[in-house]
Amino acid sequence: MSSRWERAVTHALLITFSVIAVYPLVSILFLALSRQSDLVTGFTIPTDPSLDSFVTAWTKGGFDRGFANSIVVATTVTILSVALSILSGYGLGTMRFPGANAIFYLLMAGLVIPYESLIIPLYRLFRDAGMTESYAALILPQVGVSVCLGTFWMRSFFRSSPRAVIEAARMDGAGHLRVLLSVLLPSALPAALTLAALVFMYTWNDYLLALVMNPGGDMLTAPLALGYFAGAQRYSDQTVVAAAAVLVALPVVAAYVVLQRRFIRGFLTGAVRE
Amino acid sequence: MSRPRGAAGRGSPPGEPRLVGFLYVLPALAAFAVFGVWPLLQTILFSTWKWKGIGTPEPVGLENYVDVLGDPDIYTAFLRSLVLVVFAAILPVCIGLLLAALLSRVRIRGMGTYRVLLFLPQTIAMVVVAIAWGWIYSRDGIVNEILRTVGLGGVARAWLGDFDLALPAIGLIGTWLNSGLCMVLFVAGVQKIPIDLYDAARVDGAGPWSEFRAVTLPGLRNEVIVALTLTVIFALRNFDLIWITTGGGPGDATTTPSILLYHFGFEARRLGTGSAIAVVMTVVILVVSVILVRLGERGDEGVAR
Repeated sequence: MSSRWERAVTHALLITFSVIAVYPLVSILFLALSRQSDLVTGFTIPTDPSLDSFVTAWTKGGFDRGFANSIVVATTVTILSVALSILSGYGLGTMRFPGANAIFYLLMAGLVIPYESLIIPLYRLFRDAGMTESYAALILPQVGVSVCLGTFWMRSFFRSSPRAVIEAARMDGAGHLRVLLSVLLPSALPAALTLAALVFMYTWNDYLLALVMNPGGDMLTAPLALGYFAGAQRYSDQTVVAAAAVLVALPVVAAYVVLQRRFIRGFLTGAVRE
Repeated sequence: MSRPRGAAGRGSPPGEPRLVGFLYVLPALAAFAVFGVWPLLQTILFSTWKWKGIGTPEPVGLENYVDVLGDPDIYTAFLRSLVLVVFAAILPVCIGLLLAALLSRVRIRGMGTYRVLLFLPQTIAMVVVAIAWGWIYSRDGIVNEILRTVGLGGVARAWLGDFDLALPAIGLIGTWLNSGLCMVLFVAGVQKIPIDLYDAARVDGAGPWSEFRAVTLPGLRNEVIVALTLTVIFALRNFDLIWITTGGGPGDATTTPSILLYHFGFEARRLGTGSAIAVVMTVVILVVSVILVRLGERGDEGVAR
């Protein structure tokens, strides 16, 4: 029938939903680019864009330290989790050993256990060790949970990689570690990169762990600094809060824009852990 | 990224027997055991104690669970998360299905851009989402501005400060957040359903509704299961969105189990109660996940009716 008409309606619908999806985020960006808020209302398009708010946000309330901490934490968690997941995915994906299935199902259970329900003992654990407000307190629990998603992800990659290649390499006398490092790893890099982006996102965006592990306020992360910021500044300068919000969103959005499809697919495949 | 399939495809048991496999798994397993399994077991243990976090804990058996189920303040929190399930899971799935149904016969070009935009909210830190929506709902925010423009200024209010409307208002943030996810999933899925099936349905005289029920919905079964799993779990456990927008208020109008968990665990120093809430929340989420996985499996056995 009138497929041109159908097509126009389709695009109109998709455009409408896309606008709704990005509106709140674009409004924050515009607000951040505006000059000192003369009581901002509704939706403002900055006529005279300025980066002043970003400078203020960066230097205020320890935001720069929070941002630096977040980079250290998220990067370390990502590297550790991906490394451990490559190893475990390789083990579970290409070898058989007693207990392999039980271990796999245990790790899969970790995908659906809500992180919230671990938070009280996790806090006690680090408090008893005198280690709250440390990098370790923010990094180790994240690694512990991320390896579930990571193992699942890397295992399904290694399972689907060609057995013939592995066998050929072994025929040539390559040990299991050699097979992993020089035969499989090169082709595993794209999968590992997707996993890295997801783990980075979950860790960077985390709020609860940072909140709980930071009773004294000395170990801010970027989202936590932003949260305090917004609370303290609720009635004052919104452009500065908006600028800080843009800075918090930026690293993940950048990774997302670069990886797009892979990012979405990874998210939906390993989905169950939010 | 299409991966070549080896001689041993999916489903076959992986590889040859090698004990060294265990060594490869060990580091990840250890990390999960110490920072996942152990805390979970402790949460279960704590839930049988009366404990302020200092001094000697007093074992009280299942008393905390009796509290959780018997204290209206606590079970109401669980009921509130059901409201959030409706807004942040059921509604987005319906919206996604509606869009998919409308697009089922059209092959879309340029879907990539839409997909990136629709999915974007999923990648944004919840703090940022909360701040953006805090402004949208504020006294001078866009919602009220629109209401005033269309002459409904009388209805305008600080939405997140309203005892009756704060919870639905937060729910709608969830709707916004998850609708894009459902749309991306379902539109991609519906594009894979062969148009022949729709033509056949039409020849059989199917109207749009029976076409949706006979072709679109069965074709999207797996996507719907994935979407429900993600969104229901989000709705049941979310902490940061509520914490930052309302902190559980006004009064306790938006207090959900995870907010209570934080409250009892870290503010009120009733670790037993907080842990019991955590256990109940975990059990609910596990049960929901298992049910959804089962539904998905059943669909695989007897597709196409």
